[in-house]
Amino acid sequence: MEQILANGVYLGSQYAMIALGLTLIFALMNVLNFAHGQMYVIGGFVTYTFYGQLGVPFVLALIISCLTLAVLGALIEKFLFAPVIKGSAREESTMLLAAGIAFLLDALILLIFGEKQRGVPKIVNGVFNYDFRLIMPYDRIVICVLAILSIIAFICLMQYSKTGRALRALAQDRTAAQLMGVNVDRYSMIGFALGAMLAGLVGGLLVTITGVNLGMGGPTSIKAFMMVMIGGAGVISGAIWGGIILGFMEAIGLAVLSQYGDITYLLIFVSLMIFLAIRPQGLMGKPWG
Amino acid sequence: MKNLTSKQLVGVGLFLFAVFVAVPVLIRITGRWDFYFTLTSVALLAIASAGVWLTFYIGRINIGQGAFALIGAYVSAILVVKGGVSFWISLPAAGLFAALVAILIGLPILRLRGVYFAMITLVLTQVVTLTALALPITNGAKGISSIPLPSGISIFGVPIIPDFAAMENTKLAFYYAACILMILTYAALYRLVNSRLGHLCRSMQQNEELASSIGVNISYIRIVIFAISSFFGGIGGAMFGSIAQSVYPSSFQVADSVNFMLNCFLGGLGYVFGPMLGTLVLYFGWDLLFELGKYQLLVYSLILIAVIRFLPNGLLSLRLGKGGPK
Repeated sequence: MEQILANGVYLGSQYAMIALGLTLIFALMNVLNFAHGQMYVIGGFVTYTFYGQLGVPFVLALIISCLTLAVLGALIEKFLFAPVIKGSAREESTMLLAAGIAFLLDALILLIFGEKQRGVPKIVNGVFNYDFRLIMPYDRIVICVLAILSIIAFICLMQYSKTGRALRALAQDRTAAQLMGVNVDRYSMIGFALGAMLAGLVGGLLVTITGVNLGMGGPTSIKAFMMVMIGGAGVISGAIWGGIILGFMEAIGLAVLSQYGDITYLLIFVSLMIFLAIRPQGLMGKPWG
Repeated sequence: MKNLTSKQLVGVGLFLFAVFVAVPVLIRITGRWDFYFTLTSVALLAIASAGVWLTFYIGRINIGQGAFALIGAYVSAILVVKGGVSFWISLPAAGLFAALVAILIGLPILRLRGVYFAMITLVLTQVVTLTALALPITNGAKGISSIPLPSGISIFGVPIIPDFAAMENTKLAFYYAACILMILTYAALYRLVNSRLGHLCRSMQQNEELASSIGVNISYIRIVIFAISSFFGGIGGAMFGSIAQSVYPSSFQVADSVNFMLNCFLGGLGYVFGPMLGTLVLYFGWDLLFELGKYQLLVYSLILIAVIRFLPNGLLSLRLGKGGPK
């Protein structure tokens, strides 16, 4: 039981970070970022290249990962999303763009990093063992703590800094924020960069445990969509709850249902659909986002 | 179809001529027999995309057509292989079953809107794939293979559809069958859009509450539309399974669902024939770029992004100018 709970916390903290980036982008621009999983994979590969290949210290590699994704996100917003949102008759056209970018990032990953599964050396050796009831490698604990710290840092940024205030205002009402003197174009770009950066950060953290490969992007995006739906689209507390709930469901499901084969995800999907039928806006969301 | 102008008639005539005469002749001249398979796929995917387009028409983003295509493919395959039913009976059965599933699932989820509906339909594709893996009748990951080719049909001894297995050129036969199905689908779609129901759909696309307050039964209409949409998906999927002669849980995946949606976007959401053009461009473009080898995906995605960057309202907006309905 302790083991299941620990696994749940570990998975939940990773998932919450992925969902945070997605929900931030959605809240600000009303864009469903299909390329989120691919950004996560790029983050993993950048950390792999710098930490695993070039021998740069892990923390530095992580920062490089974040910066790469932040710059990439800012460029994508400035040169692709912003003009398309201005020019299209229907908002949903951005979905096509997001899917196109997902394909593009996939192609770039394939050309630059190849299709092989990549892993990096462990950052900390050894295993935490409490009476054989709770077994957890130290590196997982470190990653989990780092993830929780990043989430707290992100919440503080959103709550107490000027940037965070501007972003929250933008998410609530674009026009009103603009009237109050928020530079909408600039903060949209910053918000998108921040969302992409979060994806890069999780990618960099997780590469030390699960490794990284080209095919991880799509499934990660789907998981992120699910978490955002559980919590409510565009709500930050919702994304965190969604991540934790999905993490725990996965941990419990994998432990309890393992003898029935691969039905954990089927059950999660079905219960999600029933849940959404009863409460369409998710746990924390406003109706119709 | 009472209001067809002569210009439109000429257009339809040219299109039919191109599909049924010009393409086979061109393929015979150039000897590119592989194009038959590509074009047949385009026709079938266009049928499924037509369904997605229809859900767009009531203002819902549908990323779940892969689910219904997979359901259709499995229903047809199971009926033909295990039940010994003729393919031409299993085809409408597959469509109807997909529509039935759509009604059952649609009752709760059609209350969702916007991105919520989009995401839940995306999840739906995953659910159907996982169900196909878990159920015994679908044969798990091994799928159903070596499905027999469609048999002939004759009424009172008059052959209506020849036996595919006895033919030497099944590619051409499948091409014609798929094209006829596609044309029927789009004719039905055109008729639907220009009917009373089509007007009601347009009112719902703009504002559901307003439509409801005028007395439009919105919950009934959206179920009907979703069922029709899934019917198209089921038909397309069933025919696809028959051509490939096999169905696997991975036959239609999330990526396919996304592609169906992209077809609609690319062709233009305001035009009935948008999804057909979108499917042709996307699928054929992908196929043509095959010669680029590992740069295929890169070039493809760059072109896709360029199109949406400079023509955000779809390819057909080039010809008809901005905002022209239909």
